[in-house]
Amino acid sequence: MVLVLALGDLHVPHRAADMPAKFKSMLVPGKIQHIICTGNLCIKEVHDYLKSLCPDLHITRGEYDEDARYPETKTLTIGQFKLGLCHGHQVVPWGDLDSLAMLQRQLDVDILVTGHTHQFKAYKHEGGVVINPGSATGAYSSITYDVNPSFVLMDIDGLRVVVYVYELIDGEVKVDKIDFKKTATMHS
Amino acid sequence: MLPDGGADDEERWLAEGIAGVQQNAFYMHRAVDSNNLKDALKYSAQMLSELRTSRLSPHKYYDLYMRAFDEMRKLEMFFREETRRGSCSVVDLYELVQHAGNVLPRLYLLCTVGSVYIKSKEAPAKDVLKDLVEMCRGIQHPLRGLFLRSYLSQISRDKLPDIGSEYEGDADSINDAVEFVLQNFIEMNKLWVRMQHQGPVREKEKRGKERNELRDLVGKNLHVLSQIEGVDLDMYKETVLPRILEQVVNCKDELAQFYLMDCIIQVFPDEYHLQTLETLLSAFPQLQPNVDIKTVLSQLMDRLSSYATTSPEVLPEFLQVEAFAKFSKAIGKVIEAQVDMPVVGAVTLYVSLLTFTLRVHPDRLDYVDQVLGACVKKLSGNAKLQDSRATKQIVALLSAPLEKYSDIVTALELSNYPRVMDYLDNSTTKVMALVIIQSITKNTACISTSDKIEALFDLIKGLIKDMDGAQDDELDDDDFKEEQSSVARLIHMLHNDDHEEMLKILCTVQKHILQGGPKRLPFTVPSLVFSALKLVRRLQGQDGDAIGEEVPATPKKIFQILHQTIEALSCVPSPELALRLYLLCAEAANDCDLEPVAYEFFTQAFILYEEEIADSKAQITAIHLIIGTLQRMNIFGVENRDTLTHKTTGYSAKLLKKPDQCRAVYACSHLFWTDDQDGIMDGERVLLCLKRALRIANAAQQMANVTRGNSGSVALFIEILNKYLYFFEKGIPEITNTVIQDLIELIRTEKQSDNSVADPSTEAFFASTLRYIEFQKQKGGSLSEKYEQIKTT
Repeated sequence: MVLVLALGDLHVPHRAADMPAKFKSMLVPGKIQHIICTGNLCIKEVHDYLKSLCPDLHITRGEYDEDARYPETKTLTIGQFKLGLCHGHQVVPWGDLDSLAMLQRQLDVDILVTGHTHQFKAYKHEGGVVINPGSATGAYSSITYDVNPSFVLMDIDGLRVVVYVYELIDGEVKVDKIDFKKTATMHS
Repeated sequence: MLPDGGADDEERWLAEGIAGVQQNAFYMHRAVDSNNLKDALKYSAQMLSELRTSRLSPHKYYDLYMRAFDEMRKLEMFFREETRRGSCSVVDLYELVQHAGNVLPRLYLLCTVGSVYIKSKEAPAKDVLKDLVEMCRGIQHPLRGLFLRSYLSQISRDKLPDIGSEYEGDADSINDAVEFVLQNFIEMNKLWVRMQHQGPVREKEKRGKERNELRDLVGKNLHVLSQIEGVDLDMYKETVLPRILEQVVNCKDELAQFYLMDCIIQVFPDEYHLQTLETLLSAFPQLQPNVDIKTVLSQLMDRLSSYATTSPEVLPEFLQVEAFAKFSKAIGKVIEAQVDMPVVGAVTLYVSLLTFTLRVHPDRLDYVDQVLGACVKKLSGNAKLQDSRATKQIVALLSAPLEKYSDIVTALELSNYPRVMDYLDNSTTKVMALVIIQSITKNTACISTSDKIEALFDLIKGLIKDMDGAQDDELDDDDFKEEQSSVARLIHMLHNDDHEEMLKILCTVQKHILQGGPKRLPFTVPSLVFSALKLVRRLQGQDGDAIGEEVPATPKKIFQILHQTIEALSCVPSPELALRLYLLCAEAANDCDLEPVAYEFFTQAFILYEEEIADSKAQITAIHLIIGTLQRMNIFGVENRDTLTHKTTGYSAKLLKKPDQCRAVYACSHLFWTDDQDGIMDGERVLLCLKRALRIANAAQQMANVTRGNSGSVALFIEILNKYLYFFEKGIPEITNTVIQDLIELIRTEKQSDNSVADPSTEAFFASTLRYIEFQKQKGGSLSEKYEQIKTT
């Protein structure tokens, strides 16, 4: 059982002061094995905070990130799964699943994690799974109205990944989960 | 007091003294064992004679004294047995010991017998005690006298005629108990003070040190007084405190006064202090000028503060005795009287008073403000503070209300608060400003009126703009960033649900941050922009204006503010940030149906792109943001839309490197297709873009062939293929399965003719694309039909 935290679009301090306290109290150092971040942190303070939660931190560049050295895309293998990471402002039309599927094929990954729209999505197609963890701070988005703070925790176990999405709705943390199983035909 | 001997000499004398005590004690024990009273008295007197020495320092004398003390306990037990046995009556014994040759041993023995006498109850305790305390006057030597009286105090402690004690005697003997202790105290204090004036002047400091070693001997009496059951509040008020204070004031000794005032405060209950506040405070001005009154006063206030905190039920008492007023006045008097008091001293007093006020009268903001005002008065006339300790105290003074009142608005109501801040130097002003901001963000307090925000910005002005004479160079880059990020965060806490008020807030914030200069704007402008955009969205939600009413807060007005604000970034300059913000505003304007406003924002974005953004990487990101935003616009009429899309595709084709051009151009294909029925669905122009992208990819391929390098154009072709598939599915008629098939063949050909080794990622991409086609074939329905003809092998 490998826990992967996926989050992004925090936009601290431009659009939000900080992650919600209820989220911060749930994210305890030492419990998570990997963190993948879609980008738009935006400042070093957030980077350091995430690093304190887990040293294996992967970040891709969002268009507001202070650190210009983050890569545009990133791929990594965790267990049986290949994961791809990209902020998503590069893929037009923004949030379009078919265009994102193309990126997924290009990166050749089972799970593609992107952000930018600040709206949680978990979508399965024959090529794999596309996940958008939303905005961990509920930051303003020109694309999505009424953004609720959200992040995703993936539990990777063999050929199975359970995606837990945590959303802060009206001050309460609501959890939902989605199961995905990797089929043999997904990848050679 | 001491002869000029060395420390070695003292050690020798002490050793001699101890030897004397031990030797005589040995014989004394022998006498006791054989019930030989006469010899017991003889040897005990000799033993006690060792205490007649003048050669020892207080520390060493204590050592000697303790040994004698221990031996005397055994002697006391012997006396008790003898008197009980009847071989000698206690009265006779009391008489007998007075025949001892020297006065000091005589008095020690007398006290010891006195203890037995009281215990025997053959005479009232009060009488014996009175006699003893008088007799001890026989020793006027300070050190010896102090220890003798200390001995008296020790052995009499459990024999005082207190209420409920077995020695109570007739009524009102409590007065006698109190009188006894007071007498002993007064005499001891006199002896203690006298020590100061003995010996040469040059040894004054040494004497002070020695006196300090002895102070607890004197203070113990006060402790005893506090333990007497019969000393209730009334007795304390009427008798005990006045007598103690009388001695304290009259002794006119700095050391004694400081120690004893502190002792009184420590030893007696807080409840008593509260009820005798007037009396206690009136003693202060009567003390010697060099006494550190402020420390004592602070102690008193701190104790009473804690009292109020732990026992909230006594709060009404504080009001009743007008504690605050009394303290205020007392402090004022002290500061007035001690003109040489350094600033840090005065501020420390005010910090104690403020802490007191916040704990005891938290609801009385006027009191709090009064304290701050008094502090301002003390500070006025001075320039900004240079003393770092004083500065620290001022920060403590200003932080206290913030910690107490989690709502910053309360602190903002203190009129003297900003005036105190004015006396801080620039860097401390900034530190204080950060403390204030932290308090706000920690308590997630919202500040919701523009005038409060005005007041707030006045307090934190050190962070908002360059202050006169400020040296900004000294600030570390990282520290500056943190500072400004705090300000950026703060802006999110400024909010009101009422639209008009929120607009006022935005204007206030804008006014202040625009004074920040090029270093601060990149941090503060985005926060304001997003705050404003949120308001726009809220106004959007409100459909239909009030009938006929002129509503000041409109999206249009806010867009004007936004435009102004983002324009300020040109002085930094920050074109990339400004471009992003303009695009966001365009989108927001689109959602508000304000076509000209949206168009204007796009124009500004394009100007920045053309004139300011030269870095190729920056251009790539910028153009994709433009394409992404424009793709979502549904407000533009044909003409405007055409102008913008034309410009966008033009820029896309002019990016520095061909692969980037290719990608931008095929991204532009989406500008001409939306899934929205009312939106644009122009298949022709989609195809134009795709074909153009193909041409660019081909050109890249040619270039690579010439230079014999790997163009990476195979990847481009596969990307373009994917885009063709996208629009194939959307049903653009010109994209037939033949077109798709041709592309697939083209890619295969290019792969084979590519000079370098096959790139695994490109292989995988192609493979997954083909796999996708196969999947679509399985889907059934019209999709299957479309894809049926396409061969992937």
